[in-house]
Amino acid sequence: MSASTLIRAGAPQGAQPAERYLLAAEAWARLPAALLAEPGLALLALWAEPGMVHAAFLEEASAAVLLASAPAEGGRYAALSPVRPGAIRFERMIRDLWGLTAEDAVDLRPWLDHGRWELAGPMSGQPAALPGAEAPQPAFLPVEGEGIHQIPVGPIHAGVIEPGHFRFHVQGEVVVRLEARLGYAHKGTLSLMLGKPARAAAAFAARLSGDSTVAHGWAFAAAVEAALGVAVPPRAVALRGVMAELERVHNHLNDWGFICNDAAFAFPHARCGYLREGVLRACAAAFGHRLMMDRVLPGGVAPDIAAGGAAAILAALDAVEAEMPALLRIYDSHSSLQDRMVGTGFLDPDHAARFAAGGFVGRGSGRGFDARLRPGYAPYDWLLPTIAVETGGDVDARVRVRVAELAASIGIVRRLLADLPAGETLAPLPALAGEGSALIEGFRGECFAWLRLDESGVIRGLFLRDPSWLQWPLLEAAIAGNIVADFPLCNKSFNCSYSGVDL
Amino acid sequence: MLWPRLARALVGRPLTDPAPALSQPTIAALGERLAATARARLGRSLSIREIDSGSCNGCELEVNALQNVAYDLERFGLRFVASPKHADVLLVTGPACRNMAEAMERALACTPEPRWVVAAGDCAVDGGVFKGSYAVHGGVGAVLPVDLLIPGCPPSPEQLLEGLLALLEAEAPPRRATP
Ligand code: SF4
Repeated sequence: MSASTLIRAGAPQGAQPAERYLLAAEAWARLPAALLAEPGLALLALWAEPGMVHAAFLEEASAAVLLASAPAEGGRYAALSPVRPGAIRFERMIRDLWGLTAEDAVDLRPWLDHGRWELAGPMSGQPAALPGAEAPQPAFLPVEGEGIHQIPVGPIHAGVIEPGHFRFHVQGEVVVRLEARLGYAHKGTLSLMLGKPARAAAAFAARLSGDSTVAHGWAFAAAVEAALGVAVPPRAVALRGVMAELERVHNHLNDWGFICNDAAFAFPHARCGYLREGVLRACAAAFGHRLMMDRVLPGGVAPDIAAGGAAAILAALDAVEAEMPALLRIYDSHSSLQDRMVGTGFLDPDHAARFAAGGFVGRGSGRGFDARLRPGYAPYDWLLPTIAVETGGDVDARVRVRVAELAASIGIVRRLLADLPAGETLAPLPALAGEGSALIEGFRGECFAWLRLDESGVIRGLFLRDPSWLQWPLLEAAIAGNIVADFPLCNKSFNCSYSGVDL
Repeated sequence: MLWPRLARALVGRPLTDPAPALSQPTIAALGERLAATARARLGRSLSIREIDSGSCNGCELEVNALQNVAYDLERFGLRFVASPKHADVLLVTGPACRNMAEAMERALACTPEPRWVVAAGDCAVDGGVFKGSYAVHGGVGAVLPVDLLIPGCPPSPEQLLEGLLALLEAEAPPRRATP
């Protein structure tokens, strides 16, 4: 039996719009073998609730999302990591947060839990208190060979970036293996959201990863709306599209500049920074917040776009568009810059496909997935954005995807603002029980949200998955064989979120 | 391609915004925290080391934006440095995650005195929305001795600049009291 048939044979639980099927533990145990035979069923996320494990899959051919669950009898469930390498870090997280163990897992070292919370299994329903426990030394994967030495970096880095530890094993100048150890920014976000009404919990989704505040806010809101069967006012749908594309623009500008700066080429950095500042100021004028935090709410958008906001946005985007050709010519025509970008940090398209990497990481390595088109959602169902795909797999390919997306996003914002529907921007939420999920394309890739509400509209089960979950492990693959000095460049070309995966 | 643009920039109008106005009570309060010897050693410039104690990265975006040409920090004598060993200021964002506490303490131990610790952003001020979580201490002050709080979620580059300039002003020789 194929994996998707096996899942669909489970008991449907009434989740919207993607159904969730409850499998017996014995059926779940047959999943790994079935998944091995069905490579087109990509793992999007793996998470848990007390005593229960959940997985989200994407049928690559139809872009249908499929949710599966099974009881973790005796605190154990069958690991998916032997057949889906993207599952490794999820399984480590599930053990740390919910205390459930994946049987036959590839890796069971702790991940988010560094031994400093003074409790074990914070989301397991009965966390064990561990006052004054010693934090254990982390164990890194061994590397053998002549002349290998280690370079430890972080959690505090030289630049203004998020905290994380990188352990390089190097031979001379060349990286033999990079292993990231994350979790430093673990804030207990999911557990803070449980027990809160949807509107109150939205502030946490907006702060899962500040650079994707609109995208995660939208994914969370869309999951709530799906669970409750709420229709979002057309004006709010269009404004969400405007904000999401502005978020894409400001992040792509930021990273393009920083990537050039990491190759010691300061001019594009200065110009991109200035153009981005113009976009952020326009966002503040239009939506009252430079990053547009807390503007997307379950039920719609609030407050409405300010008078004069559209004009400010269009002026800022005109400035970006006017300068892009010159910036691109400079990027293309300086061999010192091209020498650092082309061929650096090569991500094998096979790896990108195996991990179902989204965003510019996937699209720079030939995986053309973009949630705006497939599965698709309003307002992109009529905007039908063109999707940029490169096959080079290197830093340059990821930059080129982003430059193409910059131009496309500017066009989308113009179309949305030219014909903004009139009317309300926020629909009321009924106090109902329900279960919903959503897939929203942020600047990094698809943000997945799943949640279950009880009769009083309070969140009882929840997971928010940043696209970085499936991109971080690929950075480790892309850097192998490069020189240590190119790590900042490779890292910035991926620009994975730390906070987004540290939860 | 690049040279004509650079040449044009030389004769063009600067892109930089004017400096913000500062709060005198804040400057006075900071000045009181600073011994005269420290004032002499810090002088009229500050090297800043940013530390993320587990933020959502929104604060980092604005700290980075502060370094763009619209704010032009170097004109004030402010610059970001790569190591706490070179820093006069630790600019700390985030709610002081438990997983970051040891790294924060080590960074402080590496920072030579006299020094300032600035908690930037609502999370750094008191934990912000993450207050009460098992995973955070709730505010940078729970781990490090904080001299200045800059609220905001995230604080805008302008708010950050105001705070940093207040530190610089506090280091200036005390003015004669105006009647
Ligand atoms: S203050 Fe706001 S922007 Fe800054 S880290 Fe906290 S939640 Fe993020």
